[in-house]
Amino acid sequence: MEQIKTVQSLDTHIAECTKVLHAKLKGEGGKRAIVVCGGTGCIANNSVDIQAEIEKELKAHGLEDKVTVNHVGCFGFCSQGPFVKIFPEDTLYRAVKVSDVKQIIEKDIIGGEICENLLYVDPQTHEKVAKQDDINFYKKQVRIALHGCSLINPDLLEEALGYDGFKGLKRAITQMTPQEVIDEVLASGIRGRGGGGFPTGRKWQFAANVQADQKYVVCNGDEGDPGAFMDRSILEGNPFEVIEGMMIAGYAFGASEGYFYVRAEYPVAVSRLQRAIEDMEKVGLLGDHILGTDFSFRAHIRLGAGAFVCGEETALLNSIEGQRGMPRPRPPFPAIKGLWGKPTCVNNVETLSQIPFILREGASAFNCIGTEGSKGTKVFALGGKVNNVGLVEVPMGTTLRTLVYDIGGGIPGNKAFKAIQTGGPSGGCLTEKDLDTPIDYDTLVARGSMMGSGGAIVMDEDNCMVDIAHFYMDFIVDESCGKCSPCRIGTKRLFEMLTAITEGKGTEKTLEDMKELATVIKNGSLCALGQTAANPILSTMTNFPEEYEAHVKEKKCPAHVCKNLMQYQILPEKCMGCTLCARNCPVSCIAPTADPVTVKPLPNKFVHAIDQSKCIKCGSCMAGCHFGAIIKK
Amino acid sequence: MAIKPEVVKGVNDICDKYANEPSPLMMILSAIQKEYGYIPLEVQQIISDRTGIPVAEIYGVVTFYSFFSLKPKGKYVIGICLGTACFVKNSQQVIDKFSTLLGIKAGETTKDGLFTIEAIRCIGACALAPAMSINGKVYPKVTPDQVGKIIDEYKKMEAEA
Repeated sequence: MEQIKTVQSLDTHIAECTKVLHAKLKGEGGKRAIVVCGGTGCIANNSVDIQAEIEKELKAHGLEDKVTVNHVGCFGFCSQGPFVKIFPEDTLYRAVKVSDVKQIIEKDIIGGEICENLLYVDPQTHEKVAKQDDINFYKKQVRIALHGCSLINPDLLEEALGYDGFKGLKRAITQMTPQEVIDEVLASGIRGRGGGGFPTGRKWQFAANVQADQKYVVCNGDEGDPGAFMDRSILEGNPFEVIEGMMIAGYAFGASEGYFYVRAEYPVAVSRLQRAIEDMEKVGLLGDHILGTDFSFRAHIRLGAGAFVCGEETALLNSIEGQRGMPRPRPPFPAIKGLWGKPTCVNNVETLSQIPFILREGASAFNCIGTEGSKGTKVFALGGKVNNVGLVEVPMGTTLRTLVYDIGGGIPGNKAFKAIQTGGPSGGCLTEKDLDTPIDYDTLVARGSMMGSGGAIVMDEDNCMVDIAHFYMDFIVDESCGKCSPCRIGTKRLFEMLTAITEGKGTEKTLEDMKELATVIKNGSLCALGQTAANPILSTMTNFPEEYEAHVKEKKCPAHVCKNLMQYQILPEKCMGCTLCARNCPVSCIAPTADPVTVKPLPNKFVHAIDQSKCIKCGSCMAGCHFGAIIKK
Repeated sequence: MAIKPEVVKGVNDICDKYANEPSPLMMILSAIQKEYGYIPLEVQQIISDRTGIPVAEIYGVVTFYSFFSLKPKGKYVIGICLGTACFVKNSQQVIDKFSTLLGIKAGETTKDGLFTIEAIRCIGACALAPAMSINGKVYPKVTPDQVGKIIDEYKKMEAEA
């Protein structure tokens, strides 16, 4: 690609690339295009092999010149992956296997017929849906952060340029002063998407007001909230957009260096980001005098090494500086004294990915979406006990019901909805009564949870909320950096108390002690990890007091999850005496009784029973039983 | 433990590669962990000699981050996702099953040096929950009764190799 060092050359490239991408997607010249999902989820489901097979088949049929194939970023609808999409028809095939490729090529590409068996089937209407936009999962979504994801080839600068890339940057650095850029971002109302929800424009203003020889933009891609993967998908699907956002931030408050701090667990995202940076450097979109202006900018990547606390901005800065990732006291805030002591703004991946839109389309195009206090859209990672697991980007103010039922398609197996956990280990649970609450930063906090990075894990009647709190506490104990004693020691004690409760050794006093200790940890910790460490406990205790009481008073786990508080039992009236459970049992604690089976008269078949004193509660018996004769009690 | 001369050279080369970066320690450690699989004290001493960063500081960083390891890991690192989405879909039972069958707890390595079990945090494959990975290869929707088969697959591969 030629150098893009002037506004004019950028305009020429944008015009040319837009034309080429448009021609590709609209099938001009009789050509067709196949795209395959190259997100981490689909790669794990063999999408790389699928693409290779498509290339092989195209070659075998002599179609390489008429049909193109490439990978794209995450489609978001991960539970239905891997996806293969055909342009210009816009046909979306889901759950594609390598063995389906032959059919796609022969029937669709050559024969011009849709492969009905590979289409998405609406679970309610049982109708087959051929186009992505007609699927309920996508209908209520508004894609700003996910712009271009699942459409452009994330390894090609040309496709990013052909899909609105760098228009925002151009407007910012060639037509606006830095202060005008900050004002535009302030007017958009965008708040930090990483969890804190602090207005991005105000953060930039702080850093802009400080005089310094060097300032830094840091992109926080240390997405540690277990169950949230939007930052990864954005970086994998359109890394150029995030770099553009970072450059606009740099221009706005006077930084010429940017650092991406990305989890080492995300190798695909890192390699695409690396490639994007290198390609931009090659054409001069990163470097000195960008587009012929006085603005110079360089971007670098730093990898995390598996520490949740590094998602906290000051801990992250320590980690980039090659130290233990422990938080620093604030003030001074990073905007005043950050990386290597210089003014630094730490912005989340999703925040930066929305900045180009704001500059390209204007603040009013962004702030017309959302609620009074929370503007724009938010990406949620919908997971857990919900039919449509995946990434969804919806306007702020969308209700949980829309999220879980309309977009998420409800709970599998017609189980009852119990709770939705938002905000990860720092957040809390929302219940049935909150389903019609419009979700934004403020309503979530008012209901005892928080937005966090946007993880939304649905739980059903089979999940024990004490066990969930126990799980989060285990996580926090593991991830507490150890700097503040209340967090380091207190979370361990909370974990022990919860363990006691799940083992049936808890008392009502334990519950009181937990509440008291939770307050101490909250007040005595330096960073958000410690301050919010007890949230999962407090939130579940508030919303599900009856479950805690059942554990401590009746020594029962209502959801039959806590092993010490439940039993497997064989129902004599359903047992066929087939001996399968006895053979599956790893500790041989199942044996026939003297009672003959009663389901139907069978000679020499006896009802079986479990010796509870030997049972290790592994569940093998129940999983194997063909007659539904084994229950948890 | 004596470090082989080629390893000393390799570690020094890695240190030199990042010598011009500001605060290069994390980058050096990541590269060494990736190349050699662990970062024992002796190697930390080599890094210290080359970069001038005190061993105490290097040790502090190595022990802080879960990606860095002081001991060698097994040939096959079985990482079972304990992210929330996997946890609510019973990934704990998958870990328990691996523990029972291999006779080691999460974080430990089998005596023959073949397998390490790790409880890992979200790998972002939530739609495939419960997910696990062995040396980076992701296994989607794992149930406890598949565990025996997965282990056998690797044991067989070893026996044939």
